[in-house]
Amino acid sequence: MVRLTLRPMYSGLIREFEDLLGPSSVLYRPEDLLLYEYDGSIEKGRPNVVVFPTTTEHVSRIVKLSAEHHFPIVGRGAGTGLSGGALARTGGVMLVFARMNRIFELDVENQRATVQPGVVNYELTRAAEAHGLYFAPDPSSWKSCTIGGNVAENAGGPHTLAYGVTTNHVTALEVVLPDGEVLRVGSTHGDAPGYDLTGLFVGSEGTLALVTEITVKLSRKPEAVKTLLAIFESVDDAADTVVDITARAITPAACEMLDGWTLRAVEDYIHAGFPTDSAAVLLIEVEGLAETVAAQAAAITEVCHAHRAREVRLARDNAERNLLWKGRKNAFGALGRLAPSNYVLDGVIPRSKLPQALRRIRQIGDQYGFQIGNIFHAGDGNLHPIVLFDPRDKKQFERALQAAAEIIRHCVEIGGALTGEHGVGMEKSELMPLLFSDADFALMRRVHDAFNPDSSLNPGKIFPLSKGCGEIRVRHSSSSRLRVD
Amino acid sequence: MSTSSPNLASAVEALIGASRVLSDRAQRAIYAVDDMVPSVVAKPSSAEEAAEIVRFAAREKLALIPYGARTKLRVGMPPSRYDIALDMTALNQIPHYDPGDLTLSVDAGTSVAKVNAHLLEHNQFLPLLVPWYSLSTVGGAIASGIDSPLRQSYGTARDFLIGAEFIDGTGKLCKSGGRVVKNVTGYDLHKLLIGSLGTLAVITRLNFRTFPAPVSSRGFVASFASAENALALRRSIVESPLNPLTLDILSPSLAQIFAEKTPATPEVAVFRGENGAGPPDSNPSALPPIGDWFRAHEWQLCAAFAGAPEVLERYARDLTRFARESHATSTAILDDSTRPSLWGRLRETFPMLLEASSAATIFKIGVLPSQLASLLASVQKIAGQVELPHMLVVRAVGTIYFALLPASANDETTARLAQAASQIIQSTSAVGGDTTLLFAPPALKPSLCAPDGSVSPRLNTLDTGSSDLLLMRAACAPDVSAGPRLKSAFDPHNIFVPGRLI
Repeated sequence: MVRLTLRPMYSGLIREFEDLLGPSSVLYRPEDLLLYEYDGSIEKGRPNVVVFPTTTEHVSRIVKLSAEHHFPIVGRGAGTGLSGGALARTGGVMLVFARMNRIFELDVENQRATVQPGVVNYELTRAAEAHGLYFAPDPSSWKSCTIGGNVAENAGGPHTLAYGVTTNHVTALEVVLPDGEVLRVGSTHGDAPGYDLTGLFVGSEGTLALVTEITVKLSRKPEAVKTLLAIFESVDDAADTVVDITARAITPAACEMLDGWTLRAVEDYIHAGFPTDSAAVLLIEVEGLAETVAAQAAAITEVCHAHRAREVRLARDNAERNLLWKGRKNAFGALGRLAPSNYVLDGVIPRSKLPQALRRIRQIGDQYGFQIGNIFHAGDGNLHPIVLFDPRDKKQFERALQAAAEIIRHCVEIGGALTGEHGVGMEKSELMPLLFSDADFALMRRVHDAFNPDSSLNPGKIFPLSKGCGEIRVRHSSSSRLRVD
Repeated sequence: MSTSSPNLASAVEALIGASRVLSDRAQRAIYAVDDMVPSVVAKPSSAEEAAEIVRFAAREKLALIPYGARTKLRVGMPPSRYDIALDMTALNQIPHYDPGDLTLSVDAGTSVAKVNAHLLEHNQFLPLLVPWYSLSTVGGAIASGIDSPLRQSYGTARDFLIGAEFIDGTGKLCKSGGRVVKNVTGYDLHKLLIGSLGTLAVITRLNFRTFPAPVSSRGFVASFASAENALALRRSIVESPLNPLTLDILSPSLAQIFAEKTPATPEVAVFRGENGAGPPDSNPSALPPIGDWFRAHEWQLCAAFAGAPEVLERYARDLTRFARESHATSTAILDDSTRPSLWGRLRETFPMLLEASSAATIFKIGVLPSQLASLLASVQKIAGQVELPHMLVVRAVGTIYFALLPASANDETTARLAQAASQIIQSTSAVGGDTTLLFAPPALKPSLCAPDGSVSPRLNTLDTGSSDLLLMRAACAPDVSAGPRLKSAFDPHNIFVPGRLI
């Protein structure tokens, strides 16, 4: 049973942490904890203590000490997550991996890297670049998010359309279980026999184990890249273009959509060269052999024109290409200038249903009185509608949450899922019954309990709190924002 | 329960009807695993009926083995108990296919070839080109976890399986994942089913992403006097911008088999335009013989590539140049009329090896590419020491399939196989690799069950009539404590193939 209130020996635990890690690696004063109450989502949850281990041994000791004091533990990378996955929903110990940031090995010949979980995504690519290699998963937050966080959430990014998400690039993990046991799963070569535990742990949102070391595949940089900006007078035309590109089985490296409203906000801020008078643009990248890229770019241009693209621009050089991507990757930041808060949703749909989904989102926006923008990974059907709101206006905030839940419900209705890359976390735990039955939950709960039997690790995530399957172990938790009804 | 129990048969009949239950001894014998014959065979017509039987088995504590086409019949250690064979081949529909989304949902008992014939109508395919291709079911292909030459470019099943429906050990219908290509909703339980050998759940339905079928493809073969030269070409290709569909190296002895033999498994074309066999939906035929362009006495590097004419030209030009730089003795570019004879044999390597020797013993060795050369030398030396003929194929991602082929199965050869097995395991783990024993004669299994008397490695056997396919985790598995935890989470009453993997 996880104890959620502070116990008298709480100060004893802090002392033990300080003995283990040194005083500069333990935070517990309220003003120090404030920063760790948030992540990139709209959720909140304050830990009692924040610790910064540097070794696997530290992590194992921290886990054991926390268990002795009946404190739950939550792992955290850079805190850029968008579903509340790295928040201490029930208080307890927050284990921040930021200082476990060593790249242990960069094996160029075998295209592997072994890293600590706190290594920043972009830093690994930067280290590998000199050898013509890179780490393929590239979330928008790649300059600050950590690989450990990517593993926990099975993070995506624009270029995962062609290259796969994080799980497709992880071959081995070292993890620490809630009892302090250190377990190695998978293999460097990627062909380990037995159950695919690596596949289970990646994307388990820190609810099964704490990841302390990661072996990833590095990809070879392509010979040629072409970046296209297709400009449309209507969102429907842009959406139809994506459907057609997919149906013709052309697989670009990335296929992103920005609607007119968001691209005007972005352009205002970043000056990426987006046409502010258009209804939507597609940012499409093709990579590979020079011969393949030329043919793909031509085919895509033809499809765009068949759907009344006003213009299809080809980035002339790397500078222009980088600027377009800067606009895309910093778009959410740009929107922050328009309203006190924004809520980035994450739903996923069959790609053939893209036009109808975008129309429905527009309707829902009208119904609830919000302008809902869309900047998203169109090529893999991963929607990111953005609702701007003022959190101080309680009624508006409630309406924003209702609109969000309705959008996600629509994704499920048309054959999609709750989340494509942000994770369930706290945000969507109450929506899980839209997809999963009691039997599904019972099995997931048994798998959860096989590794994390006391829910001492990241309690209150993924599983709905309101659903009566299995034992509800979290007592004083704030309830999830998004609900089924 | 090794003999039929009339009570058991009638109890199962009461659940799904007499027409779906086989209790005759001869019929049951087809489902024998390591000489254990089930008491009853049930052939449910729906996932709900299958779940009904699993619930019954859970209640009665009966051991159950799910089946597809029985091509990989005895995957795993000899089961410790075996009561009910659950034949899933009546679940053979394709309930969902969205060509515009490139997603597919298919019943577990559907044949892979049938699925691909359907997808090809939309110029798409599923890169699940497993051995015994024309016979295999999708469920069996996933449960056995066997890869294919296409993993070079498409990855293994874990890279394109996006969701699954299955029956857990309590008899409940469960699911994970979904039908969308990008999804992080809930645990990726479906990945655990890959290679699980039926020990976790009965798979009822699988969701995949599909891929555009290569419109125009070519093959490339280069011959070499030594393995080192072939590996040098492998490295040049991997470090170049080229991304071939397949990349395999064959030993001269295996090339010899390819040149001389034709697999017994009936052949169906995978893609249109392959002249080696009829169109995908036609009747199976035999694979045509390999052409005289194949220099069977040398090491071979085989690659396939696809694309527009200018892309094909680029591949042919670069591959030929790299091969020359690696001292190839000859090179050939193969078109659709010649390519299938070689690629069909590459895909059907296991069946061909098993046909070549009744005591064929095949290891799967996973290793980093940088260790390939030294490990190839080690395993060939070991084969020489035990004086057994050997053959091998190197899948260029870093997987070696190594076969020892004794002329006959007897106590003496079994002893030599066991000696070789333990040396191969040692050599592989010394360079950080993993050995899995794929196929071995039945007599070899017990001798490998507990090589040091304490650690019992996990053995899996895959039987194809006269021979066995064994999958074995050689050394003490690093995830050994996690395996049983998962097994009991999925199957709390231990009814799914007890003893097979754990």
